[in-house]
Amino acid sequence: MAKTARQSATATTTPPTPGAGDNAEAFALRSLQDRLVANPRYAASDDELMHFYEQMLLIRRFEEKAGQLYGLGLIGGFCHLYIGQEAVAIGLQSALNPDLDSVITGYRDHGHMLAYGIDPNIIMAELTGREAGISRGKGGSMHMFSTEHKFYGGHGIVGAQVALGGGLALAHQYRGDGGLCLAYFGDGAANQGQVYETFNMASLWKLPIVFVVENNQYAMGTAVSRSSAETDFYRRGTAFRIPGMDVNGMDVLEVRQAAEIAFDYVRAGNGPVLMECQTYRYRGHSMSDPAKYRTREEVQEQREHNDPIERARAQLIERGQNEDALKAIDKDIRSRVAQAADFAETSPEPEPSELHSDVLVEEY
Amino acid sequence: MSDTAMTTATASASATAATASERRINMIEAINEALDIMMDRDPDIIIMGEDVGYFGGVFRATAGLQEKYGKTRVFDTPISECGIIAAAVGMGAYGLRPVPEIQFADYIYPGLDQLISEAARLRYRSAGEYIAPMTVRSPFGGGIFGGQTHSQSPESLFTHVAGLKTVIPSTPHDAKGLLIAAIEDNDPVIFFEPKRIYNGPFSGYYDQPVQPWKAHTDSVVPEGYYRIPLGKARIVREGEALTVLAYGTMVHVTEAVCREKGVDAEIIDLRTLVPLDIEAIETSVKKTGRCLVVHEATRTSGFGAELSALVTERCFYHLEAPVERATGFDTPYPHSLEWAYFPGPVRIGEAIDKVLAE
Repeated sequence: MAKTARQSATATTTPPTPGAGDNAEAFALRSLQDRLVANPRYAASDDELMHFYEQMLLIRRFEEKAGQLYGLGLIGGFCHLYIGQEAVAIGLQSALNPDLDSVITGYRDHGHMLAYGIDPNIIMAELTGREAGISRGKGGSMHMFSTEHKFYGGHGIVGAQVALGGGLALAHQYRGDGGLCLAYFGDGAANQGQVYETFNMASLWKLPIVFVVENNQYAMGTAVSRSSAETDFYRRGTAFRIPGMDVNGMDVLEVRQAAEIAFDYVRAGNGPVLMECQTYRYRGHSMSDPAKYRTREEVQEQREHNDPIERARAQLIERGQNEDALKAIDKDIRSRVAQAADFAETSPEPEPSELHSDVLVEEY
Repeated sequence: MSDTAMTTATASASATAATASERRINMIEAINEALDIMMDRDPDIIIMGEDVGYFGGVFRATAGLQEKYGKTRVFDTPISECGIIAAAVGMGAYGLRPVPEIQFADYIYPGLDQLISEAARLRYRSAGEYIAPMTVRSPFGGGIFGGQTHSQSPESLFTHVAGLKTVIPSTPHDAKGLLIAAIEDNDPVIFFEPKRIYNGPFSGYYDQPVQPWKAHTDSVVPEGYYRIPLGKARIVREGEALTVLAYGTMVHVTEAVCREKGVDAEIIDLRTLVPLDIEAIETSVKKTGRCLVVHEATRTSGFGAELSALVTERCFYHLEAPVERATGFDTPYPHSLEWAYFPGPVRIGEAIDKVLAE
């Protein structure tokens, strides 16, 4: 019986292909990548480049200080430093429309907050769990938010923020507000199932969302090659017809250029983009990391030859920027960060009554 | 059973005859009406879920809503429960008021990560900056031969999570008023609909014909908007002999057992487990001195354990007997032995006898 049916189908009929008419154009994984390759770096003005440099340096110095405060016992629990990955957040977030767009990320979120220009004092105070922290000390390092900037956190569950970001994008689309959602996750989170539920919905409904894999090469202590069947993460949207982009995340101008291309595509109503930023985390996953999963030489190689801040600095000098001016900027940033550390250390902890506040909106 | 017998069995439940102005509807119609009214009032409300749009929902709770409000407000999703709930959390955080449906409560587990770590906790860890108003509707409970993956009562998984509210109606009247209150609530609400009583209350006698809601006074549902506040229990029946705490389907089973046994029980329908109307419980138990908790869910760490602890803590010196529980057994929900699992009239009757004996 089955054999007959199969034979007749082969011989005389074609199986129905629902939706073929809507979706008939060929899907090209690298359609956006080709645009990036043709013109891979953003033409930043001198002022823009200087601004990127300052922002990346602020993240670097802030994170170095956070590491010190952790060592002193002023920051407890978890503290995931962004050192090495600065160009990703700065390159992408500098291209956002701050009035419209939302951002969501995982637990390595300090850099994304600083990229908004949020006062380092209140970010550092969140790390030390103080009342003056941006989430009144109740979120901590991994859970920071800013309604003012449409920054939706700061999420400690690996991959959960991607699916939530799908909801933000759905809300942008429903409201018709022209905004898009930038949803960051890591190479480790890329192996979570819920990410793919969201890929499917985002592509099916053409949601305005840019998925960004910050591939820093290690999920805690597991190298991507040990955990991932497909290590080219930008290809992971292929089955959902999501175009991929493979971006050097250690070059702020390339990231920015990729952001321009991706955001244009998404804003035009074409649906999601999956961007993989190749980057590298210099420090441990969190603060207690024996670093046995990679060699000291590997880290040194990245620091010396692929550092995003040094790359921007060299370009500034090439453009005629004076070394002394750059030193003065560094000094100024160090002083701002020191001030943030003092603030975070001296501000009071939340009142004990805060334990019970903000559990539910409606009191009962 | 003959039609005559059924009428007799239901007569006392519907003591008041319907008048011309009284409109009687079933629980599905009441839920559909609540959704319709709220969608009409607030453009931020959207409905999403598996087959909720074109098909109108597997139990027809969303029937007609896509036609009325369009595909951007009532839409079908892929079979991705985690993705559905995650999208609702994101939409809620952005300022919308989504009402996702999870087709069966048994399917909600893939979404627990989003419900527990995101929906319930977003407000706390953002110190009140972001809230996730959303109402997850989901049919729950057994009595329809669904077997272990279409019959469960997972309410205590959610009552255990700070930051969530859990609501379970037992009548069409309450289903409408409570769903409206849930949708308007700014916290995430788990709204479990006892699917066994969608079309009529249930006495616990599975071999008797189903009594339709139209024969029951609690199916008198006002037209238009009204709300029943979350956290207010309903005294189903006043009595002196003992207090019985129940919710959902078990309210009706308990009522039938007490009627049959002629026990002067005070039956309290909790309506919402979180927030819990502890005052109503305390007042009643202090009056009767005896307490039985009834639920369909498995016994160990069930919500009955919490109720028993609360009653003991608050009413210990008023109690004449230990607090009893009549619950499902600690087994998966069976298919062929469904009625052996279900805490029906026999087990409830025995539990009542035990509470009254001491």
